[in-house]
Amino acid sequence: MSAPFLKIENLHVSIEGKEILKDFSIEINGGEIHAIMGPNGTGKSTLASAIMGHPKYEITSGSVTMNGEDVLEMEVDERAQAGLFLAMQYPSEISGITNADFLRSAINAGREEGEELSLMKFIRKLDEKMDLLEMDQQFAQRYLNEGFSGGEKKRNEILQLMMLEPKLAILDEIDSGLDIDALKVVSKGVNAMRGSEFGCLIITHYQRLLDYIKPDKVHVMMQGRIVKSGGSELAQRLEAEGYDWIKEELGIEDERVNVNQEA
Amino acid sequence: MSIETKVTFDKEQIQAFSDGRNEPTWLKDIRLKGAELFDTLALPKPEKTKIDKWNFTAGSYNLAEVKAADNVASLAEGIRNLVGEEDKVETLLAQQDGSTVYTKTSKELTDKGVIFTDLATAVAKHEDLVKKYLFGEAVQVDENRLTALHAALLNGGAFIYVPRNVEVEVPLQAVYALGAKDAGLFNHVIVVAEENSSVTYVENYVSLSEDATVANIVAEVYAAQGAKVAFGAVDNLSSNVTTYVVRRGHVDRDARLEWALGQMNDGNTVSENTTHLVGDGSWADTKTVTIGRGNQKQNFTTQIFHHGKNSEGYILKHGVMRDSATAIFNGITKIEHGATKSNGEQTERVLMLSEKARGDANPILLIDEDDVTAGHAASVGRIDPLQMFYLMSRGISRKEAERLVIHGFLAPVVTQLPIESVKEQLREAIERKVL
Repeated sequence: MSAPFLKIENLHVSIEGKEILKDFSIEINGGEIHAIMGPNGTGKSTLASAIMGHPKYEITSGSVTMNGEDVLEMEVDERAQAGLFLAMQYPSEISGITNADFLRSAINAGREEGEELSLMKFIRKLDEKMDLLEMDQQFAQRYLNEGFSGGEKKRNEILQLMMLEPKLAILDEIDSGLDIDALKVVSKGVNAMRGSEFGCLIITHYQRLLDYIKPDKVHVMMQGRIVKSGGSELAQRLEAEGYDWIKEELGIEDERVNVNQEA
Repeated sequence: MSIETKVTFDKEQIQAFSDGRNEPTWLKDIRLKGAELFDTLALPKPEKTKIDKWNFTAGSYNLAEVKAADNVASLAEGIRNLVGEEDKVETLLAQQDGSTVYTKTSKELTDKGVIFTDLATAVAKHEDLVKKYLFGEAVQVDENRLTALHAALLNGGAFIYVPRNVEVEVPLQAVYALGAKDAGLFNHVIVVAEENSSVTYVENYVSLSEDATVANIVAEVYAAQGAKVAFGAVDNLSSNVTTYVVRRGHVDRDARLEWALGQMNDGNTVSENTTHLVGDGSWADTKTVTIGRGNQKQNFTTQIFHHGKNSEGYILKHGVMRDSATAIFNGITKIEHGATKSNGEQTERVLMLSEKARGDANPILLIDEDDVTAGHAASVGRIDPLQMFYLMSRGISRKEAERLVIHGFLAPVVTQLPIESVKEQLREAIERKVL
């Protein structure tokens, strides 16, 4: 199965009139794990949010398709139904809804009426995934992300990933703020998802995460587009030598999209 | 310009109505006084809501008798749904258009001297007690045009009396249903808890059809020294019913009064809930949950007056406004001079789900005493688009995401409600209103 799960062509994305992504293209096939690396302010998180349909981002041109279907025409929930998942850098906190109730709603939202996951099966699956992620059982009954530490939120994102079993997951800086033990646990979760029917796009600053989740392809993003691609050895070179050699090679002075702006 | 309100009664009619119910003279006099004052008094003035064009007088108060049901199964569906299976019903007073259609109480309660009956029966059988408390300290006939109207047209209600030292463990449940064409309900509920007694009372107002027009409701609660009263209500009247509801409590020394109010009417509503903490060490807690939808306009005023020393009053109100619904949430904590060491706290939170929905929270602290503690918090906001994005990014539809957010927003109040059956009924009412 090597049909392209996700195909992005010549994507341009703006926020409040400022263009952040400029002619961005990528293709991720089934079974592949891609990593996008790059310094701050180069458009990595914008890419993740725009693919999922974040209300703040405006797509000005280009296309995004999942198995040939036009993602940009879809509502946010339809994108998820089509198999997309975004592990967010800053997940929302929602009071009054327990993690378990939320997950069950999300799982059953993707199923036909009468085909809902039974409560017993749901609980069994939840217990199993929480064990794997070394999460305390009480997290199931806590309100969604409310009062969670940064690390707990990241684990909770991976828990959702494992429960929802999407076709293509985008992990937006899932490693930021994690200590090494938490990083290993999160990586274990992502690796458990590996398979020919699962594609993954990992967005990160650091090569560290890629020690645990070995990518098939590594891309470097600057000025809102991919400027260099390679295998996992590219990540190691970036870790050892930084980004300056790429800037020199390509004649880039400032890698950021817009100076004085977080993207 | 205000519309001339259509007066649908006169003195002779009121007299005849009272005579037809074999009422004692003092009660007839209350009606006649109400009828007279109706012409001269002004409408109440709920803060920030204009009600002078609302029709509080449409419809008939003299309603055809509804035959009593032999069992729960033969009650109207709308009542049955609130009551559940016959064998699960421990206590119940059900009225339809003012007629008592079903009653159940236990011998044990009767033996202890507990009275739980409709108001007309109470007037006949316990006249002195009713006379003492009907339009007692809590609510006056001459407060405004609508209390006067209520007194004149009184056509339903209940009387609950718990003697001293008696603890009623089973909640007393009442259902007031409204179904007849153009029906107007003028319902009066009295709850008296004598010294060191305790009781939980739960009432439901429900529409059986879209035909009724007006509900004018008064509840008086008297908690004597050391008594504990929990008063739960789920109001669920349909969009064509204009409602005026006043629920007031008097709390004596070391007594406690808890209000759990689910304000789920679909029509225009003015609701006032007031507690007077009269005695030293008295305590009150009011929790209310509201969902507004359609074009309805509502005004919810919750007040706690601290008169006694060491009195404690808590208000927690959460409301969700959908569609083009408007609601004003007024919270007033008044600490009177001399009520030293008292503590008053209140929180009002409003969530608006659409551009056209309007909500307003007005927390007010009025403090005439130095040695007290008091606090308030209020927030009014629109639904967070990032929360919606987050939920929808997991495949949840917009509608379902809104449903989750509404439940989540109301949960902090619902989960804390002191009466289990009210919690359940409210969850169901919320579910109906978020669809």
